[in-house]
Amino acid sequence: MGKHIKTINTNSLAATIKTGGCGECQTSCQSACKTSCTVGNQVCAKEEK
Amino acid sequence: MLHKFEIDKTKLVLDVHSGALHQVDDLSWHLLDHYQQKSKTQLITEYSVAYNQAEIEEALVEIEQLTAQGLLFSVDPVDEQYDMDQVFSGDVVKALCLHVAHDCNLRCKYCFAGQGPFGGDRSLMSLETGCQAIDFLLKQSDRRRHIEVDFFGGEPLLNFAVVKQLVTYSRKKAALFGKKIKFTLTTNALLLDESTAQYLLDNAISVVLSLDGRPAIHDKMRPAGRGAGSYRQVLKNIKRLVAKNPPGGYYVRGTYTRHNLDFSKDIMHMIDQGLVDISVEPVVAQPEAEYALRLEDAEILKQEYRYLVKKVLEMITAGRRINFFHFNVDLEAGPCLAKRLSGCGAGHEYLAVTPAGYLYPCHQFVGHSQFQLGHVSSNELNQNIRQQFKRAHLYNKPACRQCWAKYYCSGGCNANAYAFNGDLLQPYQLECMLTQARLECALYLKCVFEK
Ligand code: SF4
Ligand code: SF4
Repeated sequence: MGKHIKTINTNSLAATIKTGGCGECQTSCQSACKTSCTVGNQVCAKEEK
Repeated sequence: MLHKFEIDKTKLVLDVHSGALHQVDDLSWHLLDHYQQKSKTQLITEYSVAYNQAEIEEALVEIEQLTAQGLLFSVDPVDEQYDMDQVFSGDVVKALCLHVAHDCNLRCKYCFAGQGPFGGDRSLMSLETGCQAIDFLLKQSDRRRHIEVDFFGGEPLLNFAVVKQLVTYSRKKAALFGKKIKFTLTTNALLLDESTAQYLLDNAISVVLSLDGRPAIHDKMRPAGRGAGSYRQVLKNIKRLVAKNPPGGYYVRGTYTRHNLDFSKDIMHMIDQGLVDISVEPVVAQPEAEYALRLEDAEILKQEYRYLVKKVLEMITAGRRINFFHFNVDLEAGPCLAKRLSGCGAGHEYLAVTPAGYLYPCHQFVGHSQFQLGHVSSNELNQNIRQQFKRAHLYNKPACRQCWAKYYCSGGCNANAYAFNGDLLQPYQLECMLTQARLECALYLKCVFEK
């Protein structure tokens, strides 16, 4: 951990690009009227397959 | 692309394309602004007026290392070579929003469904149409194992007998197809009596419960038939259900409008009632509505989120359990990039079904006949409309391409874009500003809890 920069998370999004999407995740409506799952707070459903 | 922001004296930098979040000191905060444009010698000369040279050198080494690791100044992973078709291939429907009732027992002022009927007649979905919709989903979901059904309305509890029969039917059918169905029910909770609640608990159905917060705020916007408030009855029903820890999970969700720009008070009110999983959202309204949010409210709202995040932090630190939906962000195990690019899936992966069985891109488009995609009794879908929605992804929206929040927001709500700008590809500006404000708060919370 640096003295000037403290990195909070190191995993890289780009790493998931090659795997493509398995598509098993929940749909995520962003609108006000629904459950409104924004994507960023979703969990990946891949493991529970 | 970097996004820098500061909350409560904490300086944070998000490296957009890798998703790495860093907390930085004053010196690196400044250095990062010019790191790519200026040479090291230039930077050292410039900053040695205010900082010690050895410190500057140290900070520059850190920046250099993180850059080499792909955690700073990382490049956009979606370049010309990226195969978009891989993400958007296949015509799979994996979720349906079933409008089991185009009718409602409340008369909420901001209702986008015209208080139930979506501009059409008040009607209920028949069991037969419901079963057709389930069959349609099982077939159209192809090889996807996880599928979703949301019982929606109007008010779905007005047609609860059919909901229950559909759950039984779907479970039986899904088992034959080797699929897992997740059910959600979105309700205003007015009819959520003990036996209804027990059914939802026994069947592990996720519930979304509408409550706007403080009694006066709730009753003003969510009156029942003759103008009487619904707060008391609704809160009583919600509390009874929530006390039993619904195994399918729940969210109490509210809507804030121009009448309660101080919506953090409504959230506090919910927390004081013992509610834990809370989501409160900006109203979507025609600009002329007196309760509609305006662009000029954006700064006040941003400050309100900042205030809320501090409050939430204080309470969590004091040992209280609070889960405010928009302050959740999973940095370690969030969705893959493909998911982040595709967003809500309206119009291709996710469709809404009217009581009569007609298909629309999502609940917000119901009633707009130009978007009708087909009927659940047939597996033919209007491919023009479907393609139009498939193409409405992040990288086809010029504003989103450049936006730092893109991998968390996924290009916003297409229905909002259409309603406000008449164009699926042009996001609604106020929504963007609020998304960004909430995301900064969420990232800040992450950082604090990491410590
Ligand atoms: S278009 Fe908007 S309202 Fe429709 S599913 Fe997507 S995010 Fe939700
Ligand atoms: S919709 Fe707005 S906030 Fe979301 S990615 Fe696009 S520009 Fe950014």
